[in-house]
Amino acid sequence: MTREASDYAHLVRMAGLFVIGVTAFVVLRWLMVPADFGVLGHYRAGAVTDNMKPPPVFAGQAACVECHADVAELRAKGRHVGVACEACHGALAAHASNPDGQKPVRPDARNTCISCHSANISKPASFPQVVPAEHAPEGSCAACHVVHNPKIS
Amino acid sequence: MDQDRRTFLGQTGKWLVLTASAAIAWEHVLAGRPEEAPNYKATDHWWGMAIDIEKCIGCGTCVRACKTENDVPHEAFTFRTWVERYVVDPADFDHPVVESPNGGYDGFHQREVRDPTLKMFYVPKLCNHCEHSPCVQVCPVGATFESQDGVVLVDKSYCLGCRYCVQACPYGCRFIDPRTHTVDKCSLCYHRITRGLTTACCETCPTGARALADLKDPKDPIHAFLREHKVQVLKPQMATGSKMYYNGLDGSVR
Repeated sequence: MTREASDYAHLVRMAGLFVIGVTAFVVLRWLMVPADFGVLGHYRAGAVTDNMKPPPVFAGQAACVECHADVAELRAKGRHVGVACEACHGALAAHASNPDGQKPVRPDARNTCISCHSANISKPASFPQVVPAEHAPEGSCAACHVVHNPKIS
Repeated sequence: MDQDRRTFLGQTGKWLVLTASAAIAWEHVLAGRPEEAPNYKATDHWWGMAIDIEKCIGCGTCVRACKTENDVPHEAFTFRTWVERYVVDPADFDHPVVESPNGGYDGFHQREVRDPTLKMFYVPKLCNHCEHSPCVQVCPVGATFESQDGVVLVDKSYCLGCRYCVQACPYGCRFIDPRTHTVDKCSLCYHRITRGLTTACCETCPTGARALADLKDPKDPIHAFLREHKVQVLKPQMATGSKMYYNGLDGSVR
C-alpha cells in the first residue's frame, strides 16, 4: 500500500500551527515580562530599588543633633531623653536640607504635651499623666515646665 | 634591564600612588551619591521590629508620622500602621472590646466607663513582614514579594489590584489605595532603612515602644530584647514567620 504526501498534510499543518503557537508564546513572553523579573525571585528586581526611591520626610535624630547639639544636651539630662525631636516638632527633612529657607513651626506648648500626657485609664499607670481641664487649664505648659527637660513635681 | 635602583623605586612609587588614587576614585564611583545609592547590601540585613506593649501610651504619634512619611491617604481604612485599644474583662478572655478610632490617629479619648476591674492596653500594629507571607503566596503576578533582607514589599507598577493579598493577610495590614487602585501596606520605611535611618514610627515613638531591629546585626539591641522579655508574635498558630516581636502581648489580642 503506497502513501501519498496528501495523507500527511493534516499532520504537517498541525505541526506548523504548533510551531507558530510556541514561537508566538515565546516572543510575546519575551516582550511582556520585564528583563529583571526573576533575577532575585518571583518578582521584578527593579521593584526593590523603586521602594528605596522616595526621599525621607522625617530627617532623623542624627540630622537634628548636627546643628542643635545644645538642645540635645539639655534633653539628655531630663525625662524626655528618649523622645526624638521630630516626635513633637514634626517631619523636618525639608528643614534639615535647607535650614534657613524652611523654618519649622514651633509646636503648640499645650496640645502637643496633652497628646501624650492627658490622663487616660488605659495608659500604663507609671506614665506621667494629668487631667488637662484641671491642670492649669488656661496656660501653656512651657510657662512652668522646661519642655526639653521637664521636671516632675 | 638597564634600570638602576633609583628609577625602579621612583617608578614603583608613581604606580603605587596612581593605583591607590584610582582605587579610591573607583570606590566613590561605585558608592554613587550617598543619599540615592547607598552602599546597602540587602543580604547583610534581616529586618524586624521589637514592640513593647507595656510602654505604648496610645498617643498615635506613630500613626501620624507614618501617614506623613509615606503619603498614606487620610481615609477610614487606609493605614500602614495603626493602634488598637483592648478592653478585656479578665473573666471573659475570649471577647475583648477592640477600639481603634481613626486608627488611633488622634489618640484615644478617656473611656466613659472607668471600670478598674477591666484590663486595658494598646497594641500598635503594622505589617508583620512575615518570612512565609500568605500575601506573597497568593499574588498571581509577583507584585508583592519578600526582599532579601526580609521586608515584604509591593511593586506598585506591577500590581493589578485584584485584592487576593488583602484577603490573605491574617493581620489585616493591606488596603487598596483609592488613588491608584493598587494595594498598599507598610514597607517598613524601606526608603529610610536602606539609607541608615530608622522607620518613621520608630523615629517618633516618644516612649520607645517600638524599635526597628536588624536581626543579622549582632550588636542590635533586639537580641537582648528577645532574651530578656517574654516575647510573642501575633497569631503564631498561622506559622507566618512574623518578625514583629511583641513584649507583653496578652492572649486576648487577635
